[in-house]
Order: sequence, then structure tokens, then C-alpha cells
Amino acid sequence: MREMINMIVVLTVLTAFSGGLLAVVERGTANKIEDQVLKFQKAPAIKAIFPEATNNPLAERFTVQDTEGDKLQVFPGIMADGSKAVAFETKGTGFGGPIGLMVGINLKTDKIIKARVTTHSETPGIGTRAKTDLSFVNQFSGKGVHENLALKGDNGEIDAMSGATVTSRGVSIAAIQAEKLYLKLKPEIVKHMK
Amino acid sequence: MAQSLVKEFTKGLWAEIPPFRLVLGLCPVLAVTKSVENGIGMGIATTFVLIFSNLLISLLRNIIPSKVRIACYVVIIATFVTIVELLMQAYTYELFLKLGIFIPLIVVNCIVLGRAEAFASKNGPIFSIADGLGIGLGFTLSLAALGSVRELLGNGTLTIWDGLPVFHMGANFLPFKFMVEAPGAFVGLGLMLCIMNLIGKK
Repeated sequence: MREMINMIVVLTVLTAFSGGLLAVVERGTANKIEDQVLKFQKAPAIKAIFPEATNNPLAERFTVQDTEGDKLQVFPGIMADGSKAVAFETKGTGFGGPIGLMVGINLKTDKIIKARVTTHSETPGIGTRAKTDLSFVNQFSGKGVHENLALKGDNGEIDAMSGATVTSRGVSIAAIQAEKLYLKLKPEIVKHMK
Repeated sequence: MAQSLVKEFTKGLWAEIPPFRLVLGLCPVLAVTKSVENGIGMGIATTFVLIFSNLLISLLRNIIPSKVRIACYVVIIATFVTIVELLMQAYTYELFLKLGIFIPLIVVNCIVLGRAEAFASKNGPIFSIADGLGIGLGFTLSLAALGSVRELLGNGTLTIWDGLPVFHMGANFLPFKFMVEAPGAFVGLGLMLCIMNLIGKK
């Protein structure tokens, strides 16, 4: 009995201490990591979505909030022809954890310009094709925000990548989430971009 | 004492150099040594984990009950691996992307658990740090050596830091792509083991 209590106490104290230490390190590095993700993941995605933006979407980013308290970081883009668009990131759950999807939507036509995968932890060579092989994410280009972006197997319009159904579904969930958020937050975004 | 401390440190550099003498932790050795830069990055991350997990395990060696010792070691090792992962994301994000899944996998690297079980749980904190530092540096050197052979033959360059090659074989060099693919890792490691054994025989 004594031995068992001893084991429980040691393990509990050790895991609690580890948890506390990690919380401190996590908090200490959170801002720095966010900067790095912005520089190495979001910036290239935005560059791909708005290749000819006349403004600087990264520097002009802002945060909108709706009445329910949902916050969203928005990157505004102004096209060469003067039309306005926004890009923002949503998350879906893939095979190895959350998948970030940067979606660019034209404010005037309500159509998706392009979508690009940002952060992910998918299986190298299988799930990572969502990021490296653009033919999958290019299916979202030109789709309206009211269209069904689920996979064909889930009665939608998007072809899954063969062998990577879970990853494909994660990306598709992120895209559907992006449609919902866009429709909900559009008034706020438009107000902000005047 | 000073002499045996040096012995504990230097054994990791030759007599017990991890991938070649202990033949442990081969998964990251084979997977990340496509370039010198990746090899060194992985080696330093592992060294950091080794030093701190050895230190903590050695300090707690009389408190940890032997029946749950492996669980305690894994908690300690996993904590330091997560710290390394966060620090790499914050300061060397590009390297973190290249090493990817192999950073969290240090948790299950046999070298780290092996040193905890075989050394740190039986020795004092200073010796354990020396042991961790020695084995870690040995691991880093091995990865850098294998990485430089593979990168030099497979890509014709040597890259130490930030993607900038410090050495280039020249335009006439035709890269031997096989060496940077997975089978090249096995062949490279095998040949290096071979050379190590030849030298050790004398």
C-alpha cells in the first residue's frame, strides 16, 4: 500500500511539474511562433492567393469579431483592377492533427479565388500532397461561397486525393468552415475595408 | 574525479558513439541525414534533450520508484522534447519544417531512454551531464559525417547553416541522386560502420 501511494505521488508530482513547465515555455514562445508561422506559412500562401495585390495584405491585416465573439484574422487584398478580396485561415482536422487552410474570397463576386494549405502535420508523401500537389486545392478555385465543398463521397463536389481521404476531408471541412465564417462576418469585413 | 569525468565525456565520441558503436537511434540517423544542416540540427536537438533528461533523472534517481521508472523517464524526456520543439518553432522555423516529425520522435529515441536507464539512473548529476553531452556530441558528429557524405555525393554541396552551401563540387559534377534517397542512407551508414570497424580492429 505504501509503495503504491509512493508511486502515485511521484508520478502525479512529476507530471504536474512537467505540465507547468511546458505551460511556461508555451506562453513564452507563443508570440515568436506566431511571427514565424506568419512569415513562413501564411505569407507564401497569401502571395499565392494574391499574386498581383497592389497593397500589402500582411501589413494591413486586421481582426474582426462578430456578436458571438468569434474572432478572425483577415488579410485584405486589393487586386490590380481595384476589386477587393480577403484571405483568412481556417482549420480542419486531418490525419495527424489540425490542417490550416488559407482561403481567398473575392468580396464582390463572393467566389473563392484560391485556397492553400498552411500548417499541417500530415504523413510525408501521402497527406502532404494536399500542400505540395496543387491540383487538389485548386478544385476550390472559382467556387461560390454557397456551393457544397464537401468531398464527393460525402455528397459534395470535391474529388478526394486517392489514399489520403482523411486529409482531403480535413481540408474540405476547413473550406466549409471558411464559407460559414465568411457569410457570418462579411458585414464586419466590409465595414472594416471601406 | 576529473579524469573519470573526462572519460565519461569522451566515451560518447568514440568508444560508445551512438549510431556506430551502440547502433541505436537509427531511424532519425537514416531519415534526416540528407544534408549536413539537417544532421547537425537533429544532433543538437537530441543533445539538448539528453543533457537535461540525464540531469533531471540523475537528481531524482533516489525518489523515482523502480516499478514506474520507465513511465517517469518518458514523462521527463517528453517534456524536454516538447520544449525543444517549441524553441525550434520560435527560433529556427525552417529547420523545424525540414526535420518535421523527427523532432517529436526524439521521445522514443532509444539513445535517450537508453542513457537514462543505463547511466543517469545510477550516477550523480555531474557525471550524467558529462555522459549526455558526450553521447549527444557523438550523435551530432555521426549525423554530420553521414550527412556530409550523402549531401556531397547526392547533391554536390555542403550546407552548414541557413541553406547556403559553403562548398560546391562545381558545375561539371553530376550528382549521384541515389545517395540522398532512402536506400542511400542504408548504404552510407553501412559503409561508415564498415570503416569504423576496420579502424577499431587494430
